[in-house]
Amino acid sequence: MVKNDINVIIEKEDLAEKIVKLVIYNPQIALNAKAGQFVIIRVDPKGERIPLTIADSDKKAGSITLISMTIGKTTTLVEKMREGESITDVLGPLGKCSEIERFGHVVCIGGGLGIAPVFPILKEIKNAGNTVTTIIGARNEKLLILEEEMKACSDNFFICTDDGSKGFKGFVSMKLKELITASLNGTGNFPRPDRVIAIGPTLMMKSVCDVTRQYDIKTIVSLNSIMIDGTGMCGTCRVEVGTETKFACVDGPEFDGHLVNFNLLLARQNYFCEEEQLSMEEYKKENHTGACKLDL
Amino acid sequence: MKKEKTPMPEQQPQERIKNFNEVALGYNEEQAIEEAERCLQCKVPKCTEGCPVEIDIKSFIKLITRKDFSSALEKIREKNSLPAICGRVCPQEDQCEKKCILGIRNEPVAIGRLERFVADWNDKNKNDPGSSKKSDDSLENAFAELERIHDGNGNKNLNINVQKLQKKARIAVVGSGPAGLTCAGELAKMGYGITIFEALHESGGVLVYGIPEFRLPKSILKKEVEFVKNLGVEIITNALVGNTYTLEDLFGAGYKAIFIATGAGLPYFMGIPGENLNGVYSANEFLTRNNLMKAYLFPEYDTPIKKVKNFAVVGAGNVAMDSARTAKRLGAEKVYLIYRRTEKEMPARIEEIEHAKQEGIIFHILSNPVEIIGEDSFVEKVRCIRMELGEPDSSGRRSPVPVPGSEFEIEAQAIIMAIGQGPNPLLLKKIPGLGLTRKGNIIADEKTCRTNIKGIFAAGDIVSGAATVILAMGGGKKAAISINDYINSGIW
Ligand SMILES: Cc1cc2nc3c(=O)[nH]c(=O)nc-3n(C[C@H](O)[C@H](O)[C@H](O)COP(=O)(O)OP(=O)(O)OC[C@H]3O[C@@H](n4cnc5c(N)ncnc54)[C@H](O)[C@@H]3O)c2cc1C
Ligand SMILES: Cc1cc2nc3c(=O)[nH]c(=O)nc-3n(C[C@H](O)[C@H](O)[C@H](O)COP(=O)(O)OP(=O)(O)OC[C@H]3O[C@@H](n4cnc5c(N)ncnc54)[C@H](O)[C@@H]3O)c2cc1C
Ligand code: SF4
Ligand code: SF4
Ligand code: FES
Repeated sequence: MVKNDINVIIEKEDLAEKIVKLVIYNPQIALNAKAGQFVIIRVDPKGERIPLTIADSDKKAGSITLISMTIGKTTTLVEKMREGESITDVLGPLGKCSEIERFGHVVCIGGGLGIAPVFPILKEIKNAGNTVTTIIGARNEKLLILEEEMKACSDNFFICTDDGSKGFKGFVSMKLKELITASLNGTGNFPRPDRVIAIGPTLMMKSVCDVTRQYDIKTIVSLNSIMIDGTGMCGTCRVEVGTETKFACVDGPEFDGHLVNFNLLLARQNYFCEEEQLSMEEYKKENHTGACKLDL
Repeated sequence: MKKEKTPMPEQQPQERIKNFNEVALGYNEEQAIEEAERCLQCKVPKCTEGCPVEIDIKSFIKLITRKDFSSALEKIREKNSLPAICGRVCPQEDQCEKKCILGIRNEPVAIGRLERFVADWNDKNKNDPGSSKKSDDSLENAFAELERIHDGNGNKNLNINVQKLQKKARIAVVGSGPAGLTCAGELAKMGYGITIFEALHESGGVLVYGIPEFRLPKSILKKEVEFVKNLGVEIITNALVGNTYTLEDLFGAGYKAIFIATGAGLPYFMGIPGENLNGVYSANEFLTRNNLMKAYLFPEYDTPIKKVKNFAVVGAGNVAMDSARTAKRLGAEKVYLIYRRTEKEMPARIEEIEHAKQEGIIFHILSNPVEIIGEDSFVEKVRCIRMELGEPDSSGRRSPVPVPGSEFEIEAQAIIMAIGQGPNPLLLKKIPGLGLTRKGNIIADEKTCRTNIKGIFAAGDIVSGAATVILAMGGGKKAAISINDYINSGIW
């Protein structure tokens, strides 16, 4: 395969268990990509279309970086792809870009698979002249990614793990609450946050919003609803924000977290749960035999 | 002469609701000739007036009676580059066949069926080496065939010699629906270098994501797309203009004019309580899952769809009929169609309404949903209210009014909203100053398809609002002529 074929994987790296980084050649997307935007990919002619955030882009090299966490069939297929192979379809950049301004003190929070998408935003926020405090969290130490990169762009940097294997033991929302209280009491060494940007599992974003709502700190979240086309054509990705129904793929994915109906989002994300499990089981069945042959 | 159209063989309803294969099977040669002989060869053929692209209907029908099917196809292709599609999906009863003189006393000539016959015949007998497989309609073969065509090394469905054309100028076409494909084809024939930019991973617009396999087999669309490609048109899929390519990117890359044919793809919802519950789909979502993503073949294909007991579809246009009939084929016990007026007002093609009834779709006319009710965020039923037709409104249609206290409930685990689509604002918002109507459609001159911005043309559903395949094609053709004028004169 020619190196410079469109959508070819130029570089692949395992960042952690079940988390892979793919650098993909697609100069046109790299040219127009901005922080906060995503692509929709399809890795197989019979495959599903799934959204992945553009974790980084390089106009010169004509490449974009995606970071995928393996949770189901399609992300398993992504994990299995190799350098030199090309991805069937990549559409983007999609969605609105992040609002980047000089807000003052911004707290960027990335949880689990949300660490990757928060990274490009964090960089831009920093470049725009903000003081940046970063909190990243995961279930355990092994699942933490981009630690050094994020730390380098942050004024303050905190790690949280659910099991305490590294950094603060507990959820990112707990750490955030601690920091806000300290800043209000004057015991912390940084000012009250002017804005919080939180990306991660829906429940995490919800708990972060529950904290910031109490202190009336504007909080931006990035919603990962189920999507198909990503162009505003199907309405699969609809979410409720305030009293309005919005399409996350074109009106978002970032919204004011205090207005988001998280319970609805959670329910809609799980609509196809049974089918997704079936899909994975079928895949495992098929690939069991295949794997055995390879192993011999 | 027979009073009625020669009937077209069809799959029987009990059979066809169990598969996604085409319902109407098409005429054989004898049937086509028999039907063609019903045509009176009128001196002043009214039929052609009814066809938005003015096909010389009487001449192509005459050629059928002479068994000269390939000349018949050429005759049609003078005006219409997608005959296999139009023959299948045109609302003929409102167009060519409505004007046919026979229709005054008897049934009109079955122009659509004849058009389809000619296109299919040509495909089978002339240019398609793989067509022997045709009779074997197992899905497997159909897909193998699709793959082969997709690879581009089979089927060259060509009557036209592709020469290395001296490219006059490069033109960008946004959207690969019927409007985009037609405009691209026409301009390519004139010698322009054309690139179609398509947001989805496959070409065809509504024809690929909306209209189901059982009404328009995707293999036919694939061939028509191949035909356009063989004229020298380049199609770039996964290209969302406005995002992947900005308009400045396109003009900057040397495209001299841009034709916007992005369709009416924005789904409308009713705005009633419960509409975001699990199990409420827009028709676009439901149809895209099944057509573009092949969810009806899940788990062979990865995109899922829930196969629930009862479906309810709101609306009564082609989109609603397609949704209802697709739901039935997913194995639903009951599929309801909820419509606020009566059958007379239904906007769908008559053939689609008939087919839906034969397949056991249950019509709830004079009914309108007021609330969708669910438990644990899953849809359980839809509460409707009965309607009656009141005084005629300004358009002359009697508008439905709710009957107080007449609410009733329909049990369904999935609801499909097929109440219309609007223009997708995504690209339009990124063209500063572009003239739009109140509904958000592009304002373009009817004759020239020019917008208010130099070098930008538009036609199809994005201008007219949701309409028909043939009108979109007509628009694409007009735009091609107008773009050629503009490039030649340089005057806006
Ligand atoms: C805007 C956006 C950006 C995202 N960015 C990233 C990222 O950078 N890295 C990353 O690892 N993940 C990201 N995701 C999530 C990612 O799309 C899902 O993990 C992926 O679709 C799962 O597919 P699967 O087949 O492996 O899992 P499945 O078993 O099919 O599904 C597991 C869960 O993933 C979600 N999901 C399933 N299908 C879709 C779909 N078509 N669209 C969206 N969600 C779906 C559902 O909530 C489901 O319950 C993002 C999602 C969105 C909406
Ligand atoms: C379910 C259904 C059934 C129908 N049945 C019939 C029927 O039986 N008979 C009939 O005559 N008509 C029917 N119609 C209507 C008919 O399909 C449309 O009128 C026709 O397809 C409009 O053509 P178009 O080229 O204007 O747009 P479309 O067919 O909508 O194509 C527009 C294309 O543009 C692409 N696009 C949009 N935005 C961008 C962008 N920014 N960049 C790149 N690409 C973009 C879209 O992905 C799409 O592929 C039906 C419609 C539907 C939805
Ligand atoms: S294109 Fe449509 S309207 Fe015209 S003759 Fe054919 S079926 Fe009739
Ligand atoms: S109007 Fe009818 S009968 Fe007359 S030429 Fe046309 S198709 Fe034939
Ligand atoms: S994913 Fe289809 S409208 Fe958002």
